[in-house]
Amino acid sequence: MTSLEANDSVKDGVDQETVEAVRNVGGHYKYGWETEIEMDYAPKGLDSDIVRLISAKNNEPEWMTNWRLDAFSRWEKMEEPNWAMVDYPKIDYQDIYYYASPKSMAEKPKSLDDVDPKLLETYKKLGIPLKEQLILAGVEGAEEANLDERKVAVDAVFDSVSIGTTFKDELRKAGVIFCSISEAITDYPELVKKYLGSVVPVTDNYFATLNSAVFSDGSFVYIPEGVRCPMELSTYFRINAENTGQFERTLIIAEKGSYVSYLEGCTAPKRDTNQLHAAIVELVILEDAEVKYSTVQNWYPGDENGLGGIYNFVTKRADCRGDRSKVMWTQVETGSAVTWKYPSCILRGNESQGEFYSIAIANNFQQADTGTKMIHLGKNTKSRIVSKGISAGNAQNTYRGLVTMHPKATSSRNYTQCDSLLIGNKCGAHTVPYIEVKNNSSRVEHEATTSKVDDDQLFYCRQRGVNEEDAVALVVNGFCKEVLQALPMEFAMEAQQLVAISLEGSVG
Amino acid sequence: MLKITNLKVELEEESKEILKGINLEIESGSVHAIMGPNGSGKSTLSYVLSGKKGYKVTNGEVELAGEPILELEPEERAASGLFLAFQYPVEIPGVGNMTFLRTAMNSQRKFRGEAELSAADFLKLVREKAKELKIDAEMLKRPVNVGFSGGEKKRNEILQMALLEPKMCVLDETDSGLDVDAMKLVADGVNALRDKGRSFLVITHYQRLLDHIKPDFVHIMADGRIIKSGGPELALQVENNGYSDLLAEVQ
Repeated sequence: MTSLEANDSVKDGVDQETVEAVRNVGGHYKYGWETEIEMDYAPKGLDSDIVRLISAKNNEPEWMTNWRLDAFSRWEKMEEPNWAMVDYPKIDYQDIYYYASPKSMAEKPKSLDDVDPKLLETYKKLGIPLKEQLILAGVEGAEEANLDERKVAVDAVFDSVSIGTTFKDELRKAGVIFCSISEAITDYPELVKKYLGSVVPVTDNYFATLNSAVFSDGSFVYIPEGVRCPMELSTYFRINAENTGQFERTLIIAEKGSYVSYLEGCTAPKRDTNQLHAAIVELVILEDAEVKYSTVQNWYPGDENGLGGIYNFVTKRADCRGDRSKVMWTQVETGSAVTWKYPSCILRGNESQGEFYSIAIANNFQQADTGTKMIHLGKNTKSRIVSKGISAGNAQNTYRGLVTMHPKATSSRNYTQCDSLLIGNKCGAHTVPYIEVKNNSSRVEHEATTSKVDDDQLFYCRQRGVNEEDAVALVVNGFCKEVLQALPMEFAMEAQQLVAISLEGSVG
Repeated sequence: MLKITNLKVELEEESKEILKGINLEIESGSVHAIMGPNGSGKSTLSYVLSGKKGYKVTNGEVELAGEPILELEPEERAASGLFLAFQYPVEIPGVGNMTFLRTAMNSQRKFRGEAELSAADFLKLVREKAKELKIDAEMLKRPVNVGFSGGEKKRNEILQMALLEPKMCVLDETDSGLDVDAMKLVADGVNALRDKGRSFLVITHYQRLLDHIKPDFVHIMADGRIIKSGGPELALQVENNGYSDLLAEVQ
């Protein structure tokens, strides 16, 4: 374990003003407004009746209700993990609403035309209009990049329910199923039964077990054999209701030789209280199939004093079951007060490949403990990890990763590059790589660096006429370039701007 | 163009005086050279002019084209037409030279209330300038100064100067670390930019750069002061006899 506190051994690159400027940040979070809408809540707190109630709200079959109840009884016996380098007050699980749905969603709308205009307006304001248009609107520069031909289908999740899904018909023509998970449980029970919990078992970890008991909605994707999904798919998660947890669940199944690129975005209103978000994403990837999963996580990070913000405890895992299957996780983590997230790859198939590209930014009092696991089980498997952690203000940013080569995973390779960038002298960057190699024909490489945005770089930019904030954004975007390049075009531009916004005020 | 009046400067961290009353006036279109031994305050002068942090001005004034600049931020001085060619150009990993140049140019234009250049117009302009300076287009695609040779870094500075079209150019030991051929290329670049509306302040240890960039005036700096000013012949005198004679003369 290597650990580096900014204020001891690193040369002080940015002067004292930095720290003061960081204190003055705030008000830059663009998505902090809330939608005023009448909501249906389940009673506060959690017991088996609440689990039954959530199941009933979704009109679930009995097997699903029992699955949830089983998860709940296991969760009751589990302990919240404390190994991550994050520090937060104890969560009172009985002081949270586990289900909140707009009243207008009581009767499921038949099509997007029937959806409450207030909800449509919400997504429009977020830059995600739920219309079947050619490109994701609201992404500046999208036109410039000549994306006319690109379509993005959206599933919009608002608190506990999915509002609607675009391009369903067109996707169905290609054989692709893209719908909310609650619909999938009703309409495709065989697929759900077969794959739900097969990648992240019910008892995987505390938060995963909780999610298994109370998840209310999320997205479901099925790409049939040999099909290349004709457009990008995306889910946009919005937490709106106060004191409400969001527990979504995403399941993507890529049959033999298929391909899909999936994007995920998330935001929440500004509030003084913390809110819990515990999600699960499961990817099942069969022979020769490929899944790209990109996330831009922009949950409300809390204010400059560390008040409020989302607690983000997420379990994401891909199972490369088939030979030559491939997965690529790309994440840009800029939001949340606390992030606990390790998108992982089980490289089960021979010659399967896993990639993980990550940018994690922590400013003010944010804490991020994030990384990946690469579990090499098959022969000639390959993985690549590129992690860029940026810390500013009083934030703590930890990369935690596991690379394991099992005895049968002969001739496998991993390359890990883990870079940390510090802005100011009160933040910290930590790298915790675990490496286990149980055969002698595999190769694992790990490179790590820690650096500071130094005054010389900023002065050089400023002498050329670039103001200080733009200079920081320029330097940081350069630092993140490899990861930004791994994102789909629409997200790359948004992410680049987000990097700049997240660090606003981080220098004097 | 540039008028420095009785400028006194201390280091911010310790009250050590580095510049002890500099007076210098540079006319529009002229080239001045400052020579001096190590530690005489030459580089400090270039940093103070361009607004680097870490220095405290205790006395004096600096005017650029009649406007006082000491209260301005570095980027405001840049947009007002001050350019510093760095002795050690800084590397910025992951940021393409082209992106950097375009960001710089448009920031300055925005500051001056001018329209930003489109990507296409900028590309055309930068290619043109690079060609004039015989700079390989390949260099434009690489990250700013990363993996550049000493000569490439200095030529990149000159390219930036050519694009940003400053009124007042300060060259801080641009010849350091260059072999004769590289130095000549850089000097040719500077000479191509000489113009009646543009002034230069060339800071150097050695006379050899001044063989290529012919100055109108030469100043000798020692211990934070300009101890002697004259024409180009002063540089030759230093070349032949070193600084000691001049220093002795003053004392």
